[in-house]
Amino acid sequence: MTRYFVTSILVCLLAASPVSYAVDTTQMPTPELQKRYLGLTHELRCMQCQNEAIADSPVSLAADLRRQVAEMLNAGKSDDDVRNYMVARYGNFILFRPPVSTKTIWVWATPGILLLIGAAVAVRITRQRAALVDQDNEPVEEDIRSS
Amino acid sequence: MLPELGHFALILAMLLAALQGFFGIAGPALGRDRWTAAVTPAVAGQFVMLATSVACLIASFVDNDFSVLYIAENSNSALPLFYRVTAMWGAHEGSLLLWVFLLGCWTVAVAIGVSRLPRRFAARVLGVLGVVSFGFLLFMLATSNPFLRLDPPAPDGRDLNPILQDPALAIHPPILYTGYVGFAVAFAFACAAMLEGRMDQMWARWTRPWTTAAWAFLSVGIALGSWWAYYELGWGGYWFWDPVENASFMPWLVGTALIHSLAVTDKRGLFKSWTLLLSILAFSLSLLGTFLVRSGVLVSVHSFAADPTKGIFILVFLCVMIGGALTLYAWRAPLLKSQAGFDLGARESFLLFNNILLVIAAATVLGGTLAPLISDSLNLGTLSVGTPYFNPTFMLSMLPLTALLSVGIHANWKRGRLSDSTRTILITLIIAVTTAVILVYGVYSNGKVLSPVAATLGVWIIISSLIDPIDRMRRKLSLPRSVVGMAVAHVGLGMFVLSVTTVESFTLERDVALGVGQQTTVGNYEFRFQGVKAIEGDNYNGVEGTVVVTRHGVPISVVYPQKRQYWVQRQVTTEASIEMHHGSNVFVALGDDLGAGKWSVRFQIRPLVNFLWLGAFIMALGGGISATDKRYRIAKEATAPVAAPGGVTAG
Amino acid sequence: MNRFLIPLGAFVLLAIVLAVGLKHSPEKGIIASPLIGKPAPVFTTTLLNDTSAKFDSAEFKGHWTLFNVWGTWCFACRDEHQALLDIAKRKEVRMVGLDWKDEDPTATQWLQDQGGNPFDVIATDHDGRIAVDWGVYGAPETFLVNPQGVIVHKYVGALTMEAWEREFLPRINAKS
Repeated sequence: MTRYFVTSILVCLLAASPVSYAVDTTQMPTPELQKRYLGLTHELRCMQCQNEAIADSPVSLAADLRRQVAEMLNAGKSDDDVRNYMVARYGNFILFRPPVSTKTIWVWATPGILLLIGAAVAVRITRQRAALVDQDNEPVEEDIRSS
Repeated sequence: MLPELGHFALILAMLLAALQGFFGIAGPALGRDRWTAAVTPAVAGQFVMLATSVACLIASFVDNDFSVLYIAENSNSALPLFYRVTAMWGAHEGSLLLWVFLLGCWTVAVAIGVSRLPRRFAARVLGVLGVVSFGFLLFMLATSNPFLRLDPPAPDGRDLNPILQDPALAIHPPILYTGYVGFAVAFAFACAAMLEGRMDQMWARWTRPWTTAAWAFLSVGIALGSWWAYYELGWGGYWFWDPVENASFMPWLVGTALIHSLAVTDKRGLFKSWTLLLSILAFSLSLLGTFLVRSGVLVSVHSFAADPTKGIFILVFLCVMIGGALTLYAWRAPLLKSQAGFDLGARESFLLFNNILLVIAAATVLGGTLAPLISDSLNLGTLSVGTPYFNPTFMLSMLPLTALLSVGIHANWKRGRLSDSTRTILITLIIAVTTAVILVYGVYSNGKVLSPVAATLGVWIIISSLIDPIDRMRRKLSLPRSVVGMAVAHVGLGMFVLSVTTVESFTLERDVALGVGQQTTVGNYEFRFQGVKAIEGDNYNGVEGTVVVTRHGVPISVVYPQKRQYWVQRQVTTEASIEMHHGSNVFVALGDDLGAGKWSVRFQIRPLVNFLWLGAFIMALGGGISATDKRYRIAKEATAPVAAPGGVTAG
Repeated sequence: MNRFLIPLGAFVLLAIVLAVGLKHSPEKGIIASPLIGKPAPVFTTTLLNDTSAKFDSAEFKGHWTLFNVWGTWCFACRDEHQALLDIAKRKEVRMVGLDWKDEDPTATQWLQDQGGNPFDVIATDHDGRIAVDWGVYGAPETFLVNPQGVIVHKYVGALTMEAWEREFLPRINAKS
C-alpha cells in the first residue's frame, strides 16, 4: 500500500514540482470580486501539492477549485460560504488560515498566552533586579555603551 | 577505488569521533591528563578523514562514476562541471556528509581557538563536538551512506534536480549548514561549562565570537535561500513559512536571542543559566530542523526523501543529545545565581525584553509548524497552518521588539540613564516618522494601516543605530569593532524591516494572457509582449519570451523571461527576468502557452525588495565584524574557574 | 519542583509528539475525509459510452456500493485495475466507477487495454465537479457507500485485495 501511495505522491511531485506554478489569468467582472477571488484562491491549499495555494498550483484539481470559487463568487456567495463549502469536502486542511473553532482555538490563543507569560516574567525579573541595584557595587566596564 | 576509499575514510572518521568524544569528556572528568591530551590528535585525524571522504565523493562526481548509487541518482554526464561538484550535497546522503564535514571544520577552528583556554575545559568542548559528530557519522553509515554501489552501474545518471542547477542554490547549503553546525560550538561550550561545574561567566566571553560567527553564516544562508526562491520559483515570493524554511528560521531567532544574552552574561554575569539554556536551545533547534526535514513527519515542497527509519534514528539522537544537555542543565543551573542588579531602564532590561520576544517568536513558529502534527496526534482533526497564521502572530512579537530596539540602544548598563537620551530618542523618532510618511504616502501609495508604523520602525532603527558610532567619532573616542559591528548589524535589520514593509504594502501584481504585440499596464509601467522563440542550453531546451518595458511610454528595457525543460528529469523551470528600476524590482515570468501565440505572463513590481536580502547580508556583515573584535583574542587564562561545591573536578 | 526541570519536561513532551507523528507518517499524505458518515453527494451524470442513459446518486440506495474514482492519466490506477477486476468477480458489492477528467473514447480504450471493465456502471465527470463534491484530491480514491446511501469509508491510493478484505469487507459484513 505504501508503494502505491508513494507512487501517487511521486506523480504529484513530478506533475507539479515547486518550480511549476500556474499563472491564473482569471478576470472577475468587478475589481471587488477580483480582490476577493485572489484572496480566496491564495487562502485555499492545493490538496495535491502541499504548501501551494490553488492560485499557484498547476494541477487540474486546482483549476477546478479555482473555477468553483469564481462561480460561487459570481453567484453572490460570501467568502465564508466558499470556505465552508471547501471545508465540508476536504476538511480544515484545505485552509491555510486555521479556523477559529473549539478544536483549533489553541493554535490562535498560544501566541497571546505566550506574550502574557513573557510580560509576567519581564515584570518579575525587572523588579527583582531593580531592588538589587543599590546594593550592587560591582563596577561595570568603562566603555558603558559598548555591547 | 575512490568510493571505497571515501567509505573507509568515513568509518575511520566515525571511530576517531568516538575517541574524540570519549577522551574529551572522560579525560577531564577522571583527571587523566593523557586522555585529555589525546583529544587534539583525534580532532585532527577526524578532520583529515572527513576531508578525504568529501574529496573522494566530489572526485567521483566529477569523474561521472555512475557505479555509485548516489551519483547515479543525482548527476548526469551532460551536467556542467560546476554542478557536478555542487551535486555532492544535492540530496540527503551527500548533504549529511557536508554537514559532518563542516562540523569537522568548525571543530578544527575551535581546537585552535581554545588552545589558550584551560586545558580541561577546552578538551570538554572538543569532546562534546566529538559526540555530536559521532552521532551523525553513525547515522550516515547506518542509514544514509553516499558511497553505496550500484551493480550493474547505470549507463548515465538521473541528473541533478534542475532547480538546484543554479549558483545561489548551489552555495546555499554549505553556508546554511555552516550556520547550523556553528551553533554546535555554543552548545559544546555550554555543555563543557556545565560538565565542569563552572560558576563564572568566562565561558560566555569565550563563546561569543563563535556564536556570532555561526549566526552570521546562518543569516546569509537563509537570505540566499529566500533570494533564490524569489527569482527561481516564478511566484515572486520570498518567504512561504514552509516547514523547512521554518526549520532554519527557528535556530536563527533563538541564535539572535543568544548573542544578545551572551552580551549580558559576559558583561555583568547575569542571566547565566538562561544563556546556558539558549545555547542548548539554539543547537537543539538545528537538530530538530534536521529531523523535520529528513524524517517524513512533515511534507514540504523541499523536504528530502521521506523515510521513517531515518526519522527514528534522528529522534533517538535528538533525545540523547538534547535530553542529556537539559538534564545537565537541570543539575547545574540552580547553582548559578547572581546578585547583580539593574534599573528598569537599563540595557539589561531591554536585552531581557529582546530575549523574551525572540523566544516567543521562535515558539510561535515552532507551534505553527508542528500544529498539524499536534492536532492529528491528539485527534483534534486535520489542520493546516500557513502564511495567514504566521504573519500576524510573528508580527505580534516582532513589532514591539523593533520599537524597543530604538529606545534601548541608548541605554547604559546597570543604570540605564535613559533620561540623558530623551532628546535623542525624540529627535530620531520624529525624523523616522517623517521619512516613513513621505515614503508611504508620497513615493508610494495605497498602503495598509500598518505600513507607516512598520516603515517608521524600520527607519528609526537605522537612524538610532548610527547615533552612538557617530557620537564617538565626533568625540574622538575609540571605535572598537564590537561597536561598529553592532551598528552595522542593526542598520541591516532596519533595512530589512523597511523593505518587508514596502514589499508587503506596495507590491503590484498582475497575471495576464497576452498575444503577440499586446500590451498591459501595471502601475507606472507598460509591458508589450513580443512573442517567444525556442532556445537551447547545455542540458535543457525551452522558450524565451521578449517583453518590452516602458514607463509612462518611455522605453526602459527589454526583458527575456525563459521557461526551460531539462532533458533528463524533464522538469520545467522558470527563469523570470528581474530588472531593477528606481529601487523597485520589475519582475516578469512566463506562464503557460495558451495556444494561438498567446501566453499567460506574470508581472510584478516590488518596491525596495532588494534591500530585504541586502539588509540580511549587512546584518551578517555586522556580526562578522563584531566577532573579530580583539578583546575576544584571549591571552593565556591564569584563573581557575570557580567550581560547584561537591561538583566535578575544577580545571 | 525544581523549575530548571521545566525545559527537560517540555522536551519530553515534544519528543512524544514527534514520535507519534513518526508513527502516523506513512499515512501522512492521507487527509481524513469529512464526508465519512454523511450521505453521498447528490449528482446526476451521463454514463461512459452511453450518453442517453444517466447515473443518479439515488441509485446508491438499496445495496452496498464500491465507488471508485479513476482516470486514464493516473499511474496508480493501472496498479489497482487487476484488484478491481478480482473484487468485481466476487460480487460482494455493486461496482460504480467515476471516470474523472477524461474523454470517453480514451477511457473506453484504456479499460480494454488494462484488461476489462470491472464496473457495473461507469459515471463520467468530464469537468471535475463531482469529484470536488466528493472531496477527491488524488486518484485513485475508493469509497464504500452503504444501502442507506451513506459514505462509510474512504480509501486513498491504489486498492489491493488485501486492503479490500481488511477495510471494506468487515464493514459490509458488520452491518448486515
